[in-house]
Amino acid sequence: MAILINENTRLIVQGITGRDGSFHAQQMLDYDTKVVAGVTPGKGGSDVHGIPVFNTVRQAIEKTGANTSIIFVPAQFAPDAIYEAADAELDLVVCIAEGIPTLDMIKIVNYLKETKTRLVGPNSAGIISPGLSKVGIPPAMAFSKGKVGIVSRSGTLTYEIASHITRAGYGESTVIGIGGDPIIGTNFIDCLQLFEKDKETKAIVIIGEIGGTDEEKAAEYVSKNITKPIFGFIAGQSAPADKRMGHAGAIIAGGKGTAKDKIEAFEKVGITVIYEPEEITQKLNLTLK
Amino acid sequence: MKIHEYQAKEIFRKYKIPTSNEKAAASLSEAKSAMQELSYPVVVKAQVLVGGRGKAGGVKLVKNEAELTSAVNSILGMNIKGLIVNKLLIAEALKLESEYYVGITIDREKQTPVLIASASGGVDIEQVAQQTPEKILSVSISPLLGLKSFQARNLGYQIFNDTTLVNSFVSFAASLSQIFFDLDCSLVEINPLVLTENKLVAVDAKIVFDDNALYRHPDIAQLRDLSSEEPSEVQAKKADLSYVKLDGNVGCVVNGAGLAMATMDLIKRYGGEPANFLDIGGSSSPDKMREAMRIITADKNVKAILVNIFGGITRCDDVAQGLLWALKEEHISLPIIARLVGTNQDKARTMLENSPITFAKTMTEGVKQTIAALKG
Repeated sequence: MAILINENTRLIVQGITGRDGSFHAQQMLDYDTKVVAGVTPGKGGSDVHGIPVFNTVRQAIEKTGANTSIIFVPAQFAPDAIYEAADAELDLVVCIAEGIPTLDMIKIVNYLKETKTRLVGPNSAGIISPGLSKVGIPPAMAFSKGKVGIVSRSGTLTYEIASHITRAGYGESTVIGIGGDPIIGTNFIDCLQLFEKDKETKAIVIIGEIGGTDEEKAAEYVSKNITKPIFGFIAGQSAPADKRMGHAGAIIAGGKGTAKDKIEAFEKVGITVIYEPEEITQKLNLTLK
Repeated sequence: MKIHEYQAKEIFRKYKIPTSNEKAAASLSEAKSAMQELSYPVVVKAQVLVGGRGKAGGVKLVKNEAELTSAVNSILGMNIKGLIVNKLLIAEALKLESEYYVGITIDREKQTPVLIASASGGVDIEQVAQQTPEKILSVSISPLLGLKSFQARNLGYQIFNDTTLVNSFVSFAASLSQIFFDLDCSLVEINPLVLTENKLVAVDAKIVFDDNALYRHPDIAQLRDLSSEEPSEVQAKKADLSYVKLDGNVGCVVNGAGLAMATMDLIKRYGGEPANFLDIGGSSSPDKMREAMRIITADKNVKAILVNIFGGITRCDDVAQGLLWALKEEHISLPIIARLVGTNQDKARTMLENSPITFAKTMTEGVKQTIAALKG
């Protein structure tokens, strides 16, 4: 079945005429994602790679029946793009944009609680349900259709771990990049809940990093709600305190958010912790074979 | 972005938050002329963007000009946790009857700003939070409505029993909240908030701004003190690279923050010490790669370099081109181990065939080879 996106996903690319938007619209088309529309205010009536461009999200939905959007506009304009997508009642909005101010995000996530729209991101690599749909920027070669669900705060680290799962022949049901910012629309628990219900997903991998307490909260949730085999990886064991490690959310502040705390929280509830990406193969062999 | 106490106090005063009488000074003569508007005793405080200046001897109480001279001479130029003191704040000493804490930060879990207050101020508030969490009071601030007076009042009555002080606390909280939202802060903090002669006064001030929002606050962005940041980190930022200098000897160049951290962790796991965190970012060019190599090789502690790329948007041939340029221009003699997979990996490999770079197939293999190279 896969979660969040599948063959019925009909996608709008917000910011399709920009460099990244246009490039990844093509990449997603190549993956057979149903990219049905683009939106760039002022460019309505034109097309990009044969995809019709509209001035507003509402127009795009009316003409194409889209149900999902992906946002490639620059951080300064991304909040407005998210509000527009939510106002048009899309089911799912995936925000790739990086660098949205935290207070803007706080307003957005609080506003979205009153709408039917789910936001994934920002600062996310997006989502891929291998063989069905790709709404994001992950390189197709790292993935194959299969039975492991992955939820992660990172991009390339996720590709790294997924590529081992792919090579071992297990494949992935859905892979979700929830984003590296401190305030995000969809968290680990939301995804764990969906993976637990998804029949195709036989095992779950959770990839966290230093900063915040989302991993600890996820561990708490796992202990009560997850019956499937679950594996965890935490990046940033060697990171010093008070230094932001690239991602806005990856910082150990006030003694909180260390890798050690997160690994302990995982181990306490029976999440199998892997310490280097390639270890995942051997751990999956023990569980799924 | 952090700013100095004296800069934060200027913002406080703009928002009608009472502070001690004080003046900033960058030399002994400036300190002496500051005294024309201040009266002894004063406190001389080092202005550095790191905590623990008191313990390091960067704060001194002085009663006369002779003491002022010796305090200024000893603190100016002092090295506190690697940062040199270039500026002082001279503040009139107050009679501290009680010390409190008040601040606003982001609560990641609740996804709102949070007002925090405590009757145990003047010390490391994080320690208070860990050891005696019951002494920390907090209330979530609605991002859509802002801080409501009653919320601050509820906290105030738990700390003060005098309504005048509670009202004063409420106006402190309201001003802090205004600063927090107006200027896109990630932290505003008064520690200690001092009770002196039945009045509340901000004796210290800390503001941290959200880097992502600086584009809409050009006046705040100008307050950045580049002299107190690691020069190589400033250079990296200009090149749009995300770099953090560490103390080890294994340089690493990686695409993506998560993979960069995982690479550092693996270096450590196999007995090495990472010299840095470096993420060349998503859509990287040969130029960025070359700049990354320049920054890493400028760190004299670095004895071997690991390049770990999982190409998606990042093209391995771009990385290879940057490496070739760096090798040619920088005359790098250090061992370089490269693990390049993903987009255009074969092309990259062909380009680097006649270079001194060693190839690794996997991340773990790359780390092992790099550490072996370290040992010669």
